[in-house]
This record gives sequence, C-alpha cells and structure tokens, in this order.
Amino acid sequence: MSTGTLNSLVETMIFNPPHAGPAVEERPAVHPADPSDKPLHPLTEDPRYIGKSVERPSARKLVQGQGTYVDDIELPRMAHVVYWRSPVAHCRIKRIDASAARSMPGVILVADGHDIAKICKPWVAVLGHLAGMKSAPQYPLAIERACWQGEPVVAIVAQTREQAEDALQVLQVDIEELEPVVDMETALDASTPLIHPELGDNLCFTRSLNVGEVDEAFARADAVVETVFEFGRHTGVTLEPRCQIAEWNSADQKLTVYHSFQAPHMMQDLYARQFDLPESSVRVICKDVGGSFGIKVHAYPDDFATVALSIMCRRPVKFVADRIESFISDIHARHHRVKARIAASKSGEILAFDMHDLTGIGPYSMFPRTSAIEGNQVVNLVGGPYKHKNYRAQLQVVFQNKTPTCQYRGVGHPIACAVTEGLVDQAARAIGMDPLELRKKNVIPDDAYPATGASGIKLEVLSHEACLRKIEQMMDYPKLKAEIEGLRQRGIYRGIGFAALIELTNPSAAFYGVGGARIASQDGCTMRLDPSGAISVSVSVGEQGQGNDGIYRQIAADAVGVDLEKVRLVLSDTDVTPYGGGTWASRGAGVGGEAVLLTGQALRSNIIKVAAVILKRDGDELAIRRGKVVDAQSLEPVLEFAELGRIAYFRSDTLPSDFTPELMVTRHYAQRDYPFIFTNGVQASYVEVDPDTGFVKLLKHWAVEDCGRVINPKLVDEQIRGAIVQGIGGAMLEECLYDDRGLMINASMADYLVPMSGEMPDIEVAHVQTPTRSSQLGAKGAGEAGTAGAPAAVMNAINDALAPFQAQCWSQPLTPQKILQALGKV
Amino acid sequence: MAPLHTLHVEVNGQLQQCSVQPRQHLVDFIRNDLGLKGSHLGCEHGVCGACTVEVDGRIVRGCLTLAVQTQGCKVRTIEGLSHDGDVRDLQEAFIRHNALQCGFCTPGMVMAAKELLEVKPDASREEVREWMSGNFCRCTGYHAIVDAICDTLAERARKGQKVGA
Repeated sequence: MSTGTLNSLVETMIFNPPHAGPAVEERPAVHPADPSDKPLHPLTEDPRYIGKSVERPSARKLVQGQGTYVDDIELPRMAHVVYWRSPVAHCRIKRIDASAARSMPGVILVADGHDIAKICKPWVAVLGHLAGMKSAPQYPLAIERACWQGEPVVAIVAQTREQAEDALQVLQVDIEELEPVVDMETALDASTPLIHPELGDNLCFTRSLNVGEVDEAFARADAVVETVFEFGRHTGVTLEPRCQIAEWNSADQKLTVYHSFQAPHMMQDLYARQFDLPESSVRVICKDVGGSFGIKVHAYPDDFATVALSIMCRRPVKFVADRIESFISDIHARHHRVKARIAASKSGEILAFDMHDLTGIGPYSMFPRTSAIEGNQVVNLVGGPYKHKNYRAQLQVVFQNKTPTCQYRGVGHPIACAVTEGLVDQAARAIGMDPLELRKKNVIPDDAYPATGASGIKLEVLSHEACLRKIEQMMDYPKLKAEIEGLRQRGIYRGIGFAALIELTNPSAAFYGVGGARIASQDGCTMRLDPSGAISVSVSVGEQGQGNDGIYRQIAADAVGVDLEKVRLVLSDTDVTPYGGGTWASRGAGVGGEAVLLTGQALRSNIIKVAAVILKRDGDELAIRRGKVVDAQSLEPVLEFAELGRIAYFRSDTLPSDFTPELMVTRHYAQRDYPFIFTNGVQASYVEVDPDTGFVKLLKHWAVEDCGRVINPKLVDEQIRGAIVQGIGGAMLEECLYDDRGLMINASMADYLVPMSGEMPDIEVAHVQTPTRSSQLGAKGAGEAGTAGAPAAVMNAINDALAPFQAQCWSQPLTPQKILQALGKV
Repeated sequence: MAPLHTLHVEVNGQLQQCSVQPRQHLVDFIRNDLGLKGSHLGCEHGVCGACTVEVDGRIVRGCLTLAVQTQGCKVRTIEGLSHDGDVRDLQEAFIRHNALQCGFCTPGMVMAAKELLEVKPDASREEVREWMSGNFCRCTGYHAIVDAICDTLAERARKGQKVGA
C-alpha cells in the first residue's frame, strides 16, 4: 500500500497552497563569529567526549527493532486487563451486571470501583505551596459517579487481550447521565451545576499578582494593545501508548511494576502508600519507553487499578491503552483563554503587561503533580524575557467534565510565550517599530544578571542579546524582509514571526518538594570500576529517547578517563539505582548529568588512591588517561585499569592490611542555588499564507538556544527540533474537540491531526552557551524550549503575513478556517 | 468463535505453519504468535505506520492486514531486514544523524524508507518528506530522519555510479 494515509493527504493539501512562491534559498550554515561563541573551558584533564556528537548506546538496538517496550514483555501466568470507561462526560453509575462478561471464555475477574477501593486508598491531588488549591477524592475506578468520558469504571481481566475485549462487549452498565460542566467560561456561574458539591464551587485554584504601578504605566503609554488569546486543548500522543505490567508475588509479598514511565521512584512511593505496602516491597522498572513528553509522569487511575488487579488475581496483569483510550485518558493540556494587554512607549519601551488567564482542567486535579501548575507557570512566565517592572496577572483554574489536564512538555511556557510575543509583535506594529528591534531594546541585557523578572522569578544568567544577534545572522533577516516585500507586490503573502523565550530547567525542591509532594529534586549516580577495567554506571534518571544514556556515558568516560565503549549504564530500576526524580522539567542533563560528573571525579580519585598503594607512589604524581594510570608529568602508562582491578578485587592479600580499595562510589546532586535555572532562546518562523484558502505553508524555522554547556550537539539539536514540531502541532493542527455534551469528537489519529514530515519545515538550530554556575557541568535543560517558542513564532509569522489585510488571528490552532474568518471570507 | 485457519507463510525466510483466527491482524500474528516484537502498535487504525512490514516486496500496515491475507506470501519484518543487511547503510545513517529518539516509530520508518530507496532512488528532499508522511514520529522533528534518508540516497547513487563507470 502507499505510505500516504488520509491524514497525511489532508495535511498535505492544507500545507501546500496553490500559489506558492519560490522555495526558500539554501543558505550556508556558517555565521560570523560572535563574542558569545568563545569556547567553554574543558571540564576534565583529557576531554574527549563532552561536547561531541558521539553515538548514544541505545540507538543501535532500536534501529534494528530490538528494544524492549512494556508490551513486548511476556511473563509467566500473565493476564490482560481492559477497562470499561464512561461513555459520557458525567453520569451516575446505577448498576453493573457482569454475569454475562464473567461467563465469557478466558475471563478471570471482573472488578468495579468498590472492589478496588478495598485495597487502594483514594487520593486528593493538591500541593501545599499553591495556597487555597482544592480537589476531590479520586479512586482508581469510579465509584457511584463518573466525571469524564474515559474515566475507568469496570475492569475485565482475562487470559488474553482478545478475550478481555470480547467480554467487554457483553458487560452491562446502567448509567444515568448527569448534566456535564463543559464550558470553562461558565464553570463558575451560579447556574452551573457543581461537579463536586462538597467543594462549594467549580474553582480549583486562583492566583493574583500585582507588581509595580500597572495602571499608571498603561495611563502614560503611547500604545496599548489588548488581545484575547485562545489555546486549544491538546494532548501528547506518545507513539507508544501508556502501558504497564503489575506483578504481585503473593508468596514474598512483593510488587514489581514494569512501567512505561519517566519517574520510577515517584511511582514506587505512590504504590507503597496507596496500597499500604512497605516501600521496600515495591519495585518499578522502566525498560525502553516509547515517548513520554510529560504524559508518562503522572499517576493515572488505571495505574493503580492494574496493580490492584494483580494483587487480587495473584498474577501479573498487563495493561496497554489503545489509541482511543489514550485520547480520552492520557492527560490533556493547554486549554487556556488569556485576555491580555501590553503598554509601550513611542520610543519602544515596554512598560507593562496585564493579563487574565482562565483554564479548564477536567473534574480532578491530577495526582500527584496537580493540575494547577500549568496556569501557575503562565503567571510566572508572561513577560519573562523583558525588563519592564509593572505586571498584573490573574489566574482562574476551573473544574469541568472533560479529561483531566496536567503537565505536558513545556508546561505553561507555550501559552505564556505566545501571549507575551503576540503582544510584543502587536506593540511593534502599533508604534511602527521592527519587531526584532523592539525585542533587542527590551530584553534584559546579557550583563545584567543575576536578575529578577517582573513576576518575581530569579534569573541566574541568560543571553537574550547574543541569541537575537545570532538568529538575525542565521536567517539573514534584512534580505528575508526585502524578499517578503517584493513577493507582496506579486500577491504572495509571506510573514516572519519571532519568539524570544525563557524556560525553567534544573528545578530545586521549590517545584514540588516544598508543597509536600514526594517527588525528588535530587538525583544520584553510582559508579564502579569492574575488574576488567570497564565502568558500570547506575543513574536515577532514565531514558525515554532524549539520549540521557548517551550523555551520561560521555560524562562518565571523560570524568574517569576511559574509552566510551568501556562504560556500561544501568537505569530506571528502583531496586538497583540511586534514588532520584527522573525526567521532568528539563532536568536530565543538568541534574542527572552533574551527579554523574561528581561520581566520575570521585571514582577517578579512588582509582588513583588504589594505584598509589599498589605502585607505592604519591597519588599526586599520578593521573589517568584512557583506562590507564599514568605518570602525571610524563603521561607514561604505569598501571592498566585491568591490572589495578585484578589486584584490588582478587589479590587483596598483596595490599597493606589497613587499606581497602573503594572502587564503587555514589554521589548525589540537587540544584539549590535558585528555585530553577532558567534558560533562554529565540525562534523565528517563515511562512506563506494563501489568503484565498487560509492554507499556511511553513517554509523554514530557526532556533537559537542557550542550554548552557552542550554535552552532545546532535542530541540537543534534534531534541529542539522535535520540541519545535510538537509546538507547531499545537499552534496549527492539534485540538481535542468536544461537543456540547462533553464528548470528544476526534479521538482517533485520523481525526486528531499531528505533524507529519511532509508539512514540517527544515529547522536550523544554533547555540549560545552560557553555563550555569550552580554546577560544575554547567548544563541547563534543553528539552522543552522548542515547544515553548514554536507556537508563538508560527502564530506571529502568520499574523505578519496577514498584516496587509488588517487581519489577525490569535486562536490556536490557527486552522485555515480561522484564518479565513479573520480575513472576513467565511 | 470462527474456526481457525491454517496459515502457511514465509516470515524472514522461514516457513511458518500456524493456526490463526480469521480476525487476527498480521502485526498481532507477528508479535504474539511468532514473538517478533520489532513491529510496533501505535494506533491500530492505519495512521501511524509503526507496524509497517513488507509482504511480497511491498510495505503494508500490519494493523490493517489480516494474517490470513498473507497465505502463501513472503513477509519481512525489521528483524529480517536487519539480519539480511539490506538497509545497513540506512540504519547507520539513522544512528549517525540521531534520526531516532525513543525508537518506537523507527522500525516502521526504516521499512518505509527502504521502499523509497528502491522505487525512488532519485527522490528530492521534498519527495522524501512527502513519502515519509505516512509514518508518525513524535520525538524528532523529522529533520534528522529526512537527513538520514537523503544521505543514504546520495551515497547509494554515488556507489551506483561508480559500479556503472
């Protein structure tokens, strides 16, 4: 069959306007030197791998289809579970008749919410530092009431997945449909029913901020622009769905969970506490994970239900969500309506931002990170790159009967960035200034750090000015502007959009720990010199495709002083690795990487101590090069690691009685200097809009990113590109569409459009490296900035293309229909 | 339950004789009955391309093909393709360009790209993007995948010219 599907054909039509102008000229990727391009100091005596695009260890098996994802694992006695999920947005569960289902071939157990609640406690997902936040108790399977279409209600366990699905067809569940709360705009109205009457209203969380003299700033401004920005609810669409195998061993009372997940220790803690098990009886293992993006960092009701079923059946139970289940049970995100305004002077000074953000999060706050964080981030981040002192923000987070929302890649950044940068572009138009020029005038200067943003965020060290200089060169901005002018004379409408951004990475305990969530902000590494001279490295941060395994191997090899091939990694097994937070908030490189560096330095030091004893020399006279102890002056090899290992492990009789080699060390790292280490960057998008059809063609995208020290350029570049494409998805294609009864009407991949290769642009990436001083490694996060900036850049580019028509569109996704509406054509 | 069918099919060069349900999809047969886990299930409705396998030399969606439709056919999966070495250059290019992250889409990407290399050896970058539009990748920005395929096309063209010269 053809590789083209209906989905891609439709998208191809959307993205290929009939009157396309000339293709974007290929430009050489060589740019004049910038003062910010000076090389970083080396971290180790013999730097070989840090900073180089070396191969990562998991790539070779994955490209040959030899990974091990959860659905690939088959255990003895394993059964399979499928869930009956609420088919409506809000209902009372009247009666469950499972008699026919129980008599179907292969069925082992049918269980409802009451059955599961006997062994698993409910939870209420709030955080202590989000004052006033509230939510209602939630159970693994709904009890009495289901509150969104997709909430799990009944579990059917059978010997095979097919048998469980067959039994699902004959399960009888009588429900009484209740009035759903669908529209977040009216969720707080007195006439709207309460989702949880005991909470008193449908308000989850609210926050206000008023800094400086906002009213005075707006009163004296030469230009005030006000806009309502809309953001469509969308979701992560990890290609591998959420999945797990829970294995309860009733003989030794131990639970092992194979989970496609980002934070195994967090789940170990939650399983132990919700099931009243000793923490030491719970083991969580994450093998290969088929994409995560924040979707796989939350504790879902069916996670707990699957564990409960394993305990009840006393055998392993596998759950793998199908795609429709994924659309209605994976967390959603980004459903915001932001009314915002900017004040600017004629001379191009940004004076103030003022915004009101309303967001709908579903019927429950998600466990354990909560669903108020995204809106809270929007408040923290609006106006983030700029030096204005006046800022007012109001946030309302409301409940509704839709799939719960929570942290998805970028977490609030794409919204804050689109609001900020959309307003900056409009202010530039209002005062007649070039949008890049306005940004240059207003970003916090590179020599002004550490600084505090208007919202109160602490910024350690950023490089907005260097990034703006670099992107201007990369894209040859003056030439591109001239090209656009020329094409407009010929009726071809192209536009450029910029997005300057900040991204919070390397979080301290300020993110979750201080609020009472047992989510580690520190991470650890254990490293061992094996007798053969190889290095075994175990890290508490796992790998979901980012290349954490790759950079940890590079850091360990350089820190100890061995060939890359000598380093073996062990990740993501709570029985084995040090305790830590895992992957979220762009912390894998900055936090996990620093732990690996510190551990490698400690092991190197211990190896030298052992060598000094064996050689009867002073340790200061020795160094390490490429798996050998060498003379520090001449660099002549004096002892191979393999020989050192042989003596240390097998001939301890030859060592002094008061000396014991310690060739296995552990070190931990937590970032404690700032609440977060912010990074920054700038993106630019070049688009062509067909004013007759509303179709948009993405011609090119540029990104300059400062994630501090770059450990592996090729990994970082494609992380950024992937994040940009995810951002473009939200800006142009992706939206969970609901009808007025709260039913998702496009819960399939044929109807929910995701970016495919045909309509995505080439993306040129460059770096500015401003290391954080909060660690030796100096790495900041890189995983989310792409998603943060892309929607703003693309939205601004489309609006630039629409400017000759005096038309604007600030509602994401910017579909052809919305663009035609903006043009007054439909 | 419908009666089982006896299926004779060659998979990665080995003849298989199996009893299958008429409703069983090819990818479920490959994964569950034969234990070849390299073909992945991403959407089960023909959109994502993670289950792409080859039947009698042409790629198909394993989730839209029934196992019984391959009666008497030759099926190749990522495991067979990798073992035979037909796309070693492509796989090396994927690694070199970091054209894979989580790897879940990668077997399907490699299968789809393999057919492109065969039927469109002079494909342009835009044609590569268009051809690969039936395979969803959520991790990369596609840029590196397109780079890897274009590199392989160029390298094969160079080698082909050499052989012909």
